[in-house]
Amino acid sequence: MSDAVISARNLELVFETNDGPVHALKDVNLGIGAGEFVSFIGPSGCGKTTFLRVVAALEEPTGGEVAVNGMSPDEARRARAYGYVFQAAGLYPWRTIAKNVRLPLEIMGYSGAEMADRVARMLDLVGLKGFEKKFPWQLSGGMQQRASIARALAFDAPILLMDEPFGALDEIVRDHLNEQLLQLWAKTGKTCLFVTHSIPEAVYLSTRIVVMSPRPGRIIDVIDSPLPRERPLDIRETPEFLEVAHRVREGLRAGHSYED
Amino acid sequence: MSWLTRSALPVAVVLAAIVALWYAGSVVMNISWEVDQAKRAGIEVGEPAPDGFTDTWFPRFSRVILNPDLVPGTMTQERPVLPTPGQVWHEIWNTSFGILADCEVETTEEGWELSSACGRFFTSKRSLVYHAGVTLSATLLGFGMGIVLGILIAVGITHNRAMDMSVMPWVIASQTIPILAVAPMIIVVLNAVGLQGLIPKAMISMYLSFFPVVVGMVKGLRSPDALQLDQMRTWNASRWQVFWKLRWPASMPFLFASMKVAIAISLVGAIVGELPTGARAGIGARLLVGDQFGDILKTWGALIFAAFMGAALVALVGLAQRIVLRRSGGASA
Repeated sequence: MSDAVISARNLELVFETNDGPVHALKDVNLGIGAGEFVSFIGPSGCGKTTFLRVVAALEEPTGGEVAVNGMSPDEARRARAYGYVFQAAGLYPWRTIAKNVRLPLEIMGYSGAEMADRVARMLDLVGLKGFEKKFPWQLSGGMQQRASIARALAFDAPILLMDEPFGALDEIVRDHLNEQLLQLWAKTGKTCLFVTHSIPEAVYLSTRIVVMSPRPGRIIDVIDSPLPRERPLDIRETPEFLEVAHRVREGLRAGHSYED
Repeated sequence: MSWLTRSALPVAVVLAAIVALWYAGSVVMNISWEVDQAKRAGIEVGEPAPDGFTDTWFPRFSRVILNPDLVPGTMTQERPVLPTPGQVWHEIWNTSFGILADCEVETTEEGWELSSACGRFFTSKRSLVYHAGVTLSATLLGFGMGIVLGILIAVGITHNRAMDMSVMPWVIASQTIPILAVAPMIIVVLNAVGLQGLIPKAMISMYLSFFPVVVGMVKGLRSPDALQLDQMRTWNASRWQVFWKLRWPASMPFLFASMKVAIAISLVGAIVGELPTGARAGIGARLLVGDQFGDILKTWGALIFAAFMGAALVALVGLAQRIVLRRSGGASA
């Protein structure tokens, strides 16, 4: 895949621990094209978060190759090629919502007018207009996570890496945010990498689903979704949706994810 | 009403209990002198038998119980073992705001004026407020220097591996040396280079107050978690930006907690700094004079005044803390 935004070849990462080496990633081969929405699903320890962190240059692989936009992950990080949304919103409690979204822009040295304009647009995009002057603790968990997505989008990186951004939220809020995330993806056309534990979430959001398995962390199956790009919430009751979900579950079972 | 019962009442009850205990202590501590005086005047007094008890707690209690008519006298002695709260209060009042009471009015040709010995209220050099002001200036200067020094050392420790591994033991060791031993040396050394008065005292305050700032700020500057640091990395932030945008604001609650301790010991440092020099002004000088002349009331007046000053300073830092932390979110304040 030559036009891949992200490509991994024979990627391997071994953590040296007190209990001996742990294979977090082994033989991972994957190419992700521009504008794709790829979900990574698997049980804890399957290396899905580690893969995202390698792409973000937060971890150094011990073998194989990764390229992001044709660069090494660290070059891509320096070029600010991606926005990263962590499991926790991680907003600064001493900054208002607007100033939290502004933070990466300040660091990247945008002009005052540009910052104000981008913050306003991003908050509008994630539906937080009117909450500019609120502090994080005055917002619900879902709203905080939306603010953190706005912050990751603010500098308009072409790639969005999301590590279980909705994992700590209840199902109703989660459905709502999934819907909004799809709309956002459609509007911005970004390449999204999304780590999740939830099969429905993965199937609902993705154009492609990567099923992973632990010990060693590896890819079991890569599923291209037949679902249309336009996806109302009730698409989750259609036979096509259930079939994809079934295949994901089969993949997880094949990877011994349901054992012990 | 709820403020009255929830805050004012408990505080008043505790305060009343302390004052009552203090009065009781004064009576017990001062009774022996009253008994001796009465004996000398040939008045019959009740003494616990057998005679020849040493002057310990038990005979003192017995004397109070056996001679209730001598109790009022224990509260008005000129040189009591333990002055009563009322006596200390009068001493503070008379030597701070009541200076004018000592003044004599002299009639002159133009009419009248106050005698030359008379001070102008509490700005008089005889006033406790004047002495407190002298100590306060050294306290505040030393506090300021201590904060700056403490922050610099903490920044060094959190940003430099060599400092991280080597400085902290020295910082801790500096605090294990009794300040009473160090203070005269600092005064002498600084005097040799021509520094006298305010600066040496402030240096002693600094010596004490930088410590809690170092400890608090090292913890504060390291308080950002892995996620926040990873976040900064994804934005390709420089070390400088990580410091100003994350570590520094994250450490503010720690800084204020340290400052509350620092201001209180800074005052102690300034007072201690006034002792070995035979300082002519300051709370420490008043303590020394009171001690040397056996003027117990003067010592207690200065002591209690210093205590209130310390409480006021801590309260001021607390106020600054509330204002700053409220402006920056206020969730944790």
